Amino acid sequence: MSQESMIIEKQDVVIRFSGDSGDGMQLTGQQFSDTSALFGNDVSTFPDYPAEIRAPQGTVGGVSGFQVHIGENHITTPGDYADVLVAMNPAALKANLRWVKKSGTLIVDTDSFTDKNLEKAGYTSNPLEDHSITEYNLVSVNITKLTQEALKDSNLDQKSVLRSKNMFALGITYWMFERSIEHTEEFFNTKFCNKPTVAEANKLVLQAGYNYASNVHALAVHFKVKPADIKKGKYRNITGNKATAWGLMAAAEKAGLNLFCGSYPITPATEILHELALRKDLKVKSYQAEDEIAGICTAIGASYVGNLAVTTTSGPGLALKTEACGLAIMAELPLVIVDVQRGGPSTGLPTKTEQSDLLQALYGRNGESPMPVVAASTPANCFDYAFKAAKIALEHVTPVILLTDGFLANGAQPWLIPAMKDLPEIKPKIAPEGEGYQPYARDPETLARFWALPGTKGMEHRIGGLEKMDITGAISYVPENHQVMTDLRDEKVKRIANYITKQEVFGNDNGGKILVVGWGGTYGHLYSAVKELRAEGKNVSLAHFNYINPLPLNTKDIFSKFEKIIVCELNLGQFAAYLRTQMPEFNYYQYNKVAGLPFTIEEIKNKINTL
Amino acid sequence: MAKIEYTAKDFKSDQEVRWCPGCGDHAIINSVQKALAELAYPKESWAIISGIGCSSRFPYYMNTYGFHTIHGRASAIASGVKNANRNLNVLQISGDGDALAIGGNHFIHLIRRNVDMTLVLCNNEIYGLTKGQYSPTTKLGTKTKTSPYGTIEHPFNPGELSIGAQSKFFARSIDVNVALTAEVVKAGVEHKGTSVIEVLQNCVIFADGVHSAITDKELKDERQIVLRHGERMIFGKNKDKGLKLADAGHLIVVEIGKNGITEEDILVHDAHNPNPFMHWMLVNMKAPDYPVALGVIRDVEAHTYDEALEEQIETARAKSPIKCMDDLLNSGDTWEIK
Repeated sequence: MSQESMIIEKQDVVIRFSGDSGDGMQLTGQQFSDTSALFGNDVSTFPDYPAEIRAPQGTVGGVSGFQVHIGENHITTPGDYADVLVAMNPAALKANLRWVKKSGTLIVDTDSFTDKNLEKAGYTSNPLEDHSITEYNLVSVNITKLTQEALKDSNLDQKSVLRSKNMFALGITYWMFERSIEHTEEFFNTKFCNKPTVAEANKLVLQAGYNYASNVHALAVHFKVKPADIKKGKYRNITGNKATAWGLMAAAEKAGLNLFCGSYPITPATEILHELALRKDLKVKSYQAEDEIAGICTAIGASYVGNLAVTTTSGPGLALKTEACGLAIMAELPLVIVDVQRGGPSTGLPTKTEQSDLLQALYGRNGESPMPVVAASTPANCFDYAFKAAKIALEHVTPVILLTDGFLANGAQPWLIPAMKDLPEIKPKIAPEGEGYQPYARDPETLARFWALPGTKGMEHRIGGLEKMDITGAISYVPENHQVMTDLRDEKVKRIANYITKQEVFGNDNGGKILVVGWGGTYGHLYSAVKELRAEGKNVSLAHFNYINPLPLNTKDIFSKFEKIIVCELNLGQFAAYLRTQMPEFNYYQYNKVAGLPFTIEEIKNKINTL
Repeated sequence: MAKIEYTAKDFKSDQEVRWCPGCGDHAIINSVQKALAELAYPKESWAIISGIGCSSRFPYYMNTYGFHTIHGRASAIASGVKNANRNLNVLQISGDGDALAIGGNHFIHLIRRNVDMTLVLCNNEIYGLTKGQYSPTTKLGTKTKTSPYGTIEHPFNPGELSIGAQSKFFARSIDVNVALTAEVVKAGVEHKGTSVIEVLQNCVIFADGVHSAITDKELKDERQIVLRHGERMIFGKNKDKGLKLADAGHLIVVEIGKNGITEEDILVHDAHNPNPFMHWMLVNMKAPDYPVALGVIRDVEAHTYDEALEEQIETARAKSPIKCMDDLLNSGDTWEIK
C-alpha cells in the first residue's frame, strides 16, 4: 500500500454497500446518497434486499445491499457495476463481487472473515488470503475491532456496539469521496433525540471511521466527483413509492376531492400505504383492509360517494382484485389501481423487479373490460403518472391501472420540487344538481358518464354490476343494448388518446435505423444505453412509453419511420405482443430478461449492436 | 339530520319487483320501507349496498341511492361508502351465502371494526339464485342439489358468529313479522356502530318451510320469544313460560306457577351488558327445546371506526404544520441548487 493515496477524478462513481440483512446497509447507503445529493451530485439509488426480514445470518441469501450512483452529469440509473464495494462479511463479498468492476475497490471488514463465516458463505478458502481477488484494489480494515475500540468507554452493550460498525464503514467512504460527515451527524441527532447515548455512539464511530481513513492513508484511491450541473431550484430525494403516494394526494387536492385509499400490505407496494396513512393532516383516509379484495372494494365504495379512490398492490394482489376491477368498469366509477410489479408468477420474487403484469393489467378480467393503463418510468415521475392516472380516472370516469415496479418503488433520485399551481387542473365529472339525472347519459366528447353523489337531493339512482340500459341505467338484458354498451365502454377508453401527450423520441425524430422501444421502469437503462451508442456514432433512437392503453396517437407514425424496432422489457415480450395486436404491420425484434433484476446498460448495448 | 315525513311508498322505486311470488323478501322490503319512512331521514341520505343473490336485488326496488355490487363484497363496499361520507345512512342487504360464505371474511371484519352501518341478513338457509344448493346456515343433514345425501358440515349461527366477531348489535326477526322487522331495523339504524339484523326468511321454491318449526301458527307462540331490553324473558301463548339460569350456568325453560316458580324468577333481558355471555346463550337457543330469540338481543355502545378515523384526522389537522400539498412537498430534507 502506498503512503499517499491516489486521487481519481471521475464523472460518476457507483458504490455498493453490502452486509448482513441486520447490518444496517440500507441506512448506510441512504446516508451516503443524501450527503452526496446535498453536495450537489446527481444521484440514483437502488436497494437490494432479501425477502426475509432476518434471513439466516452470514449466508449469501441473507445479504442486503444498497447501491448508490453519483455523478456530475445526469444520472438515470443506479449503475451496472460498482467502482467501490463495501462488504461487511464474506457472504456480502461472495454475493456482490460479480457486480464490481475489475480493478474496483473492495473495502472489507477482515474481522468478519472467520472460518465459520467463510464456511457459511460457501468459501473453501479465505479470498482475502488466497489471491483469488488480486485484480481488485483490496482495502482490508478491522472494522469490528476498531468500532469496539472507539466505543470502549461507552456504556453500550456489546450488541449495540456491533450494530454501529456500519458507521465506521460509512466514515471511511465519506473520507474517500471527500464528503462531510455533518449531514449524518444531524441525522442521528434527530433520529435518536430521545436516546442521546445511541446518537453519540453512532457519531463517534462515524468520526472514527473517517479519521481512520484520513490518518492511515491506507486507501489507495480517493475519488473526486464534482457537483452536477443540474437545473436550479429546490430539491428533495424521493422514492418511487413516496412519489406515487404524493402524486395521488396532489391530484386529490387539485380536483378538490378527499383521497381514500383502501389497501392491503404487499411487497413492494406497502410504502405507498404507509405514506398515505401518515397524511391524516391532509385528510387522507387510508384503510388497511382485511384482504386485497376488500382493499379495492372499500375504494369502490368511496368512489361511489365522491372520493378520489385508490387501491395499491402488486401482481398477486391485482389478481385478487380482478372481479372488482370489472365492477368499477361496469359501474363506470373513477378509481386508480396502482400495481407495483414484482417477480412472478404466484409469490415469485417479492422484493425483485419485473414488468410481467402488463398483460394482466391490459386483459386480466372477465368479459370485454377495457381499462386505461399508464406506466411510470422513473422514481420521481411516479408522482407525475400517479397524478395523470387520477386525472384520467376523474375526467373520463373510469378505473385506471398505474404500473410501477420494485425498481422504481424502492429506487430514489433527487427531485426538483414542483409547485402545485403549475400542475394541470383536474375537473371531476360531477353531475350538475337538478331533476332528470340519467346515470348513463354521457359527455358527447369523452363518452364519460356523470357522477351523481349519494347525499345529493333529487338524484337518487341505482348502479351495479349487471348490464345497464344505455342512458337510463335500468337493468337490461336486451341483446342490442349489450352491444351498444360494450362498444361505448371500449370507445370511451380509446378516446382518452385524444387527451394524452404525444409520444416523444429520444434521438432521430425524423426516423432512422433502429428504434429501441421500452415502457415503464426500464427507462433509465434504455436511455443510458441509447445515449452511449449514439455517442459512439450508432443510428439508434428510443421511444419509451408511459401511456400503454390507449397508446399515443402518433405511435404508428413514429414506428413507420424506422428500419428496425426492438422492444426491450423485463418479461418474455408482453409489450411486444400487445404492439403486435395494435399494429401488426411492423416487425418487432425483442430483447427480454426475467431475472428479477433491471437491465444492465452493457447488455442492452450488446444486443442492439447485434441488430 | 333533518327529519322528513314519508310513507313507505316514498321508498319504492319504479322497478318491477321480480322476486318469486311468496318469497320472504317481499315482506322484508316492506318492513325496511316502513322502517325508513318512520325513521324519516332524507331519502337522499340512504345508500343501500348489496352483494349478489336473490335478496341482493333489493337496491333496485328502493327509491334511494343504491349499489348492487359483486358477490360477497357488500360489507367491504359499504365500509368504503360510510368511511368516505359519514353523513350517509348505510344499509347493507345480503343473503346467507353472500354474507357468510363468499363474504364471510368481510362480514367478521366489518363487525370487528364497528363501522356505523346496518346489515340486514336475509337468512333462508339456501342458495336461491343458483337454484338450490346448501349454504353455510343450512341445517346439518339437509338434502339439497349439492348435498343429495344430506349436508355433512356444521352450519353457522349468524348470531354466534357475530358475537364471536365482537358484535355490538345483533337482532333477529322473521320475514312474516313485518312490525318486528321494522322495529329492529329502526333500532339497528339508530344504534351507533355495525348493527347485524338476521331475518329468518322463507324460500318458497328451494327451502320452503325451512323455519316452519318456529313459524307455524300452532307452534310459534311456544317456539319464539321476543326479547326487549329491561323486560322479563317470558313467552308462550299464555305468557306462562320464561327463561331462567340453571345452577350449572345454562338457560332453562321454566313454567311460571309450577314448582314454585314466580315471575320474579324469570331473567330480565339486558341488551346493554357489554359481557356477551348471556347474549351468546340467547342467540344459540334452538327449537324445539328452546324458543328462538327474536328482537334486539345485544345493543352495546362502543366507538365506531368511522368516528375514530375522523377524530384522528381532526387531531392531525389541528396539530400538523402541513396544511396543503405545497407544505408537504417542501417539508423535511430539501436543498437548493443555485
